[in-house]
Amino acid sequence: MSSSEAHAAAADHPHNPHLAHHFDTIEKQDHAIRLGMWLFLGTEVLLFAGLFLGYSVYRHFYHHTWHQASRTLDLGLGALNTVVLITSSFTVAMAYYFIKKGKTARCALMLVFTILFALGFLVVKSIEYSHKFQEGALPGQFYHFHEVTGPGANLFYTVYFLTTGLHAFHVIVGMSILIWVLARVLKGHFSPTYYVPVELGGLYWHLVDLVWIFLFPLLYLI
Amino acid sequence: MSQSDDKQPVFPAVHYLNADRGVWSWLTTIDHKRIGIMYFASVLVAFLLGGIFAMLLRIEHLTPEPTIMGANTYNRMFTLHGVVMIFMFMIPAIPGVFGNFLLPLMLGAKDVAFPKLNLLSLYLYWGGATLAACGMVMGGTDTGWTFYAPYSTSTPTTLFPVLLGVFIMGFSSIVTGLNFIVTIHTLRAPGMGWMRIPLFVWAIYATSIIQVLATPVIGLTVMLVGIEKVGHFGLFDPGRGGDPVLFQHMFWFYSHPAVYIMVLPAMGVISEVIGAFSRKNIFGYKMIAYSSLGIAFVGFFAWGHHMFVSGQSVLDNGAFAAISMLVGVFTAIKVFNWVATLYKGSIAVKTPMLYACGFLFFIVFGGMTGIAVATVSLDVHWHDTYFVVAHFHFIMVGAVIMAFLAAMHYWFPKMFGRCYHEGWGMVAASFIILGFNATFIPQFLVGNAGMPRRYFIYPERFTSLNVASTAGSSLLAFGFVIIVVYMIYALVRGPIAGDNPWGSRGYEWNTRSPPPKENFDHDVVIDRDAHSYQEPGEEVEHVVI
Repeated sequence: MSSSEAHAAAADHPHNPHLAHHFDTIEKQDHAIRLGMWLFLGTEVLLFAGLFLGYSVYRHFYHHTWHQASRTLDLGLGALNTVVLITSSFTVAMAYYFIKKGKTARCALMLVFTILFALGFLVVKSIEYSHKFQEGALPGQFYHFHEVTGPGANLFYTVYFLTTGLHAFHVIVGMSILIWVLARVLKGHFSPTYYVPVELGGLYWHLVDLVWIFLFPLLYLI
Repeated sequence: MSQSDDKQPVFPAVHYLNADRGVWSWLTTIDHKRIGIMYFASVLVAFLLGGIFAMLLRIEHLTPEPTIMGANTYNRMFTLHGVVMIFMFMIPAIPGVFGNFLLPLMLGAKDVAFPKLNLLSLYLYWGGATLAACGMVMGGTDTGWTFYAPYSTSTPTTLFPVLLGVFIMGFSSIVTGLNFIVTIHTLRAPGMGWMRIPLFVWAIYATSIIQVLATPVIGLTVMLVGIEKVGHFGLFDPGRGGDPVLFQHMFWFYSHPAVYIMVLPAMGVISEVIGAFSRKNIFGYKMIAYSSLGIAFVGFFAWGHHMFVSGQSVLDNGAFAAISMLVGVFTAIKVFNWVATLYKGSIAVKTPMLYACGFLFFIVFGGMTGIAVATVSLDVHWHDTYFVVAHFHFIMVGAVIMAFLAAMHYWFPKMFGRCYHEGWGMVAASFIILGFNATFIPQFLVGNAGMPRRYFIYPERFTSLNVASTAGSSLLAFGFVIIVVYMIYALVRGPIAGDNPWGSRGYEWNTRSPPPKENFDHDVVIDRDAHSYQEPGEEVEHVVI
């Protein structure tokens, strides 16, 4: 569906330059793309599932120590980040709503908000990380934190850094996708009849948000 | 192959192979058929390498003492053999080659849903395979293909490039699976309801579900091992409170379903071949289709049978054993349906059919021993012996390679427009089926007698069975040499096949051989069921293919 292919298709179907040669209708093509995206999101969930499994097992093994360790995380900053991400999910949904209505400028504004929220999340996260580095609350062999010392204490921070690290990586990827979408919105590529990339970028962002919604209570609250 | 019609078969002047010329046109193609052909060439290279490593291992075991290599080389050799055969050959083989080539043809589509992602999956495969192969050869990886912690996180050899390579190849597998699922959902030709799609497509569909759902977990797991090896985060390290058994659970959560990533497409091939060479409607279409989904589903909950001696609770062992046996039930459903299809058919004994019969034997034999090793009390005796090695080679080599060869012979005329020499095909098939039995039946015996797997040397009393196994493997290898010779000849000089040399009713034969660039010259409308060789009540058409 990129330029060369789209131009070739345009010859056969003068009505829609976005229709690839092997699809009959744009509806079918959009359906295919959405289905592909949902499947991809499914793979992302399973990617995180492995880490959630590790979390559950070690939580069970070292219940008491992990409870102590989870108290050492900064609840305030964690909650702030949760609010930031939920709000960003709202703004990205609004971006989708506006592009469907043909309001390109408002869509772009909402995307800018979302990207700023994402950036804000990363800033807060890096503040938290730097505290942990100073305290020595680090994974495995690097662990030299004195507040929590029981068996499995280092594993809590191993799992903490692996899960939030993988999540932060997804925040960065999601941000890059949204920046790309924003650039295309500003170039006027989208219209009420063609807005699938905005939708997909939004879906991906919701996933990033959703993973955090699970991580926050598991790591900070219980 | 004689022609069923009197007309002289014609070789089309323009087809997908020559529609565009030059290396660049191949490397940038988004044509699913060309991507399939490139996968074909790539997996054959992997198979050749993996086969050479296997032969070296067999030669090493000719004598109880060191024969041609040292202990460390031996460890590296079985790691190379396992990683290459599983991640570079078995997993991409049938979906990557025949899935890519045939899926759109069988659905009456012009291409897969996402042609560019399809090309990306090939590049990811190339990149991951190169990285893993170079990493293993240069770093001397000696963990076996299972990368078990804590050995994998403490071995002095290099592991990270191999793990990264496996991760990248996993990504390739996910992309392929995702693409196929979407293609089957959205690109079926008009008239093709879900109960009209060919059984090969059903099998690929079930396979793709596993690829999409299981592969992310192995991706994460190998990355965790890599992090553990480099950074010592303690996740699988008992010294820091970690649990190596957690690694085993995560590893087998993918790697057991991965067996079905390999064997389900093989079953799909057999459904096609048995129908075509019995000239008879497939018996129990729905049951075969649903049992593929059944295997895919049950396969997700059977992984614990790899861990009967890893300290699982008795309850877990029992549950995993029972669930594992369900796989046997679904497989048996398929076998009975295939045999019922053969019954009173007009059977044409051609090379693909020979391989299909070989497949039936191997899947039953391998499946029955699978039930045996899924029984906890028996597995405690057989665990990590050659019995298990022989069992999974019966499924993975026996069944899957037979299906791969059946597919290769059955669809060769469609892919290249030419025919191979039937006589030599049968000779090679005989060598391979006999050689395979001669290789692995002794391994069942030697394993049952107590020879552990992955050991460099063995006691004197196992010598004769090991020699028998090695002798058998040379027959197997010789069979492959014959195939290489007559297939290369057939590619260049083989007689022209015509559109449908087998008289098959598969939808993919409704186009030219080789097919044109966009698959069909006409719009495809499906007005009959898949594999419909006769109407209800009609006698079997007695045609000699």
